[in-house]
Amino acid sequence: MVEVKSLSVKYNDIEALSKISFKINAGDYIGIVGPNGSGKTTLVKALLGLIPFTGKIIFQSENFSESDLRRHIGYLPQKMSFLDQRFPATAKEIVVSGMYCRKKFPRRLTDKDYIAAEAIMKTLGIANLKSRSIGRLSGGQQQRVLLARALVHSPSVLILDEPTVALDPQSRETFYDTVQKLNKEKQVTVLLVSHDIASVGKYASKLLYLDREIIFYGTFDEFCKSPKMSEYFGTSQHLICHRH
Amino acid sequence: MDIFQQIHEAIKYLFVQRAIIAGCFMALGCSSLGVFLVLRRFSLIGDGLAHVSFATVAIGLLLRAQPMVVSIPLVALASFFILKLNEKAAVYGDAAIGLVSSFGIAIGIIIASTAGGFNVDLFSYLFGNILSVSNFEVWMTVVISLAVVLIVWLFYHDLFAITFDEEYAQVSGIKVRLVNRILILLTSLIVVLGIKIVGTMLVSSLIILPAISALQVVRSFRSTIILAGVFAVVSVVAGIFISYFLNLPSGATIVMINFIFFVGSFLYGRNRG
Repeated sequence: MVEVKSLSVKYNDIEALSKISFKINAGDYIGIVGPNGSGKTTLVKALLGLIPFTGKIIFQSENFSESDLRRHIGYLPQKMSFLDQRFPATAKEIVVSGMYCRKKFPRRLTDKDYIAAEAIMKTLGIANLKSRSIGRLSGGQQQRVLLARALVHSPSVLILDEPTVALDPQSRETFYDTVQKLNKEKQVTVLLVSHDIASVGKYASKLLYLDREIIFYGTFDEFCKSPKMSEYFGTSQHLICHRH
Repeated sequence: MDIFQQIHEAIKYLFVQRAIIAGCFMALGCSSLGVFLVLRRFSLIGDGLAHVSFATVAIGLLLRAQPMVVSIPLVALASFFILKLNEKAAVYGDAAIGLVSSFGIAIGIIIASTAGGFNVDLFSYLFGNILSVSNFEVWMTVVISLAVVLIVWLFYHDLFAITFDEEYAQVSGIKVRLVNRILILLTSLIVVLGIKIVGTMLVSSLIILPAISALQVVRSFRSTIILAGVFAVVSVVAGIFISYFLNLPSGATIVMINFIFFVGSFLYGRNRG
């Protein structure tokens, strides 16, 4: 479905990612993990076309245009720090803005778009929040609204960049359960960036360990047994795998 | 004579009619930009550009040209300079505004002190006088304000997306840099129109105050813009009549009414919780 070939990113001559190559199949749930500064968010930004890179990202076919790509990707950004608590918009206004990627200028929204927004809010259990101001919702509710925005245009790939950083443990579990349901029932391919290897191991079907280059790419079981990872982590790898 | 009769009498005067037309269109232009500027933390750019317009008015008077005509391209250039300083020279946004704004005032003062002869005209632009707008200025205000409202309407969804989450807007295919430039360009146009109405000292308040008043009471984005427009138009019309009847400076009266709306909205918003 997506093939990343020899992808490299440099920030002021410092290599943030070095010749990354991997394949994502339809329906995969891939956890992207690694230490701080390992290039996880850089990889996401490159996949989204937000930063310049060398190498290739092939989505379905070579002929896929940038706008085709946008229509097929749903994105939930890192942290919620950008969210202004006084921002004057209802949850429904935010969710329906996820349709802009399917629209050409001047991006007029139709009744169908609003119906789609209400439908996805219902699926995520937040239909009752549609008229509430985004700033007055709890962290967990806000994150579900942003997840609904990422899903409203029915993307085939969902990219989540540390989506649960600001959430309490209960909201985090609920959030991961929702994403897993989307992956299993609607066959949405998921790329989840996280620091939390335990959660990624619990939900993801594959794990990509990054430290400016790919250290490991495979299933969680393979990750636990990998001699390369034992060498990389030393004894701490046992702790991570036991937690799972 | 009751108040309605007095208003009826006042409205017969051509200069009052001109003031109301120019003021209402100007108010709509300001309020359509204000919500985006306030939420994007660009509020002070109006203030900075207004200070630049003090210099451009001085240049216009020096050249014996229409100050507004000279000011539009120069203030637009200054607005792009602020953006460039912010993007390329790693100067913080507020510092870039401060730099350009003080430079504008300094140039204005130097031109006024060396050229002489038009100081009275120049200083009248500091505080504006909506009751003295000319036919040409009314037409210019109507055309430019309508253009601003139309462009904001066309770019409404792009502006909304960028204002809420710039990165996501970019992921959605919105040309963030282009839309930012359009927003700043429109602001510079509106600022130039505003200098005749409330003056360079107060023009930014016409952009900021209706927006922050509306933000206190409304929860949806579209309603915030509409309410800001209502606050702005009512403030301008009420300000014109109050200043006319009580012989007060019109620009300052308009701003005071805007401020009263803000206090009322703030109290209403706080009580509602």
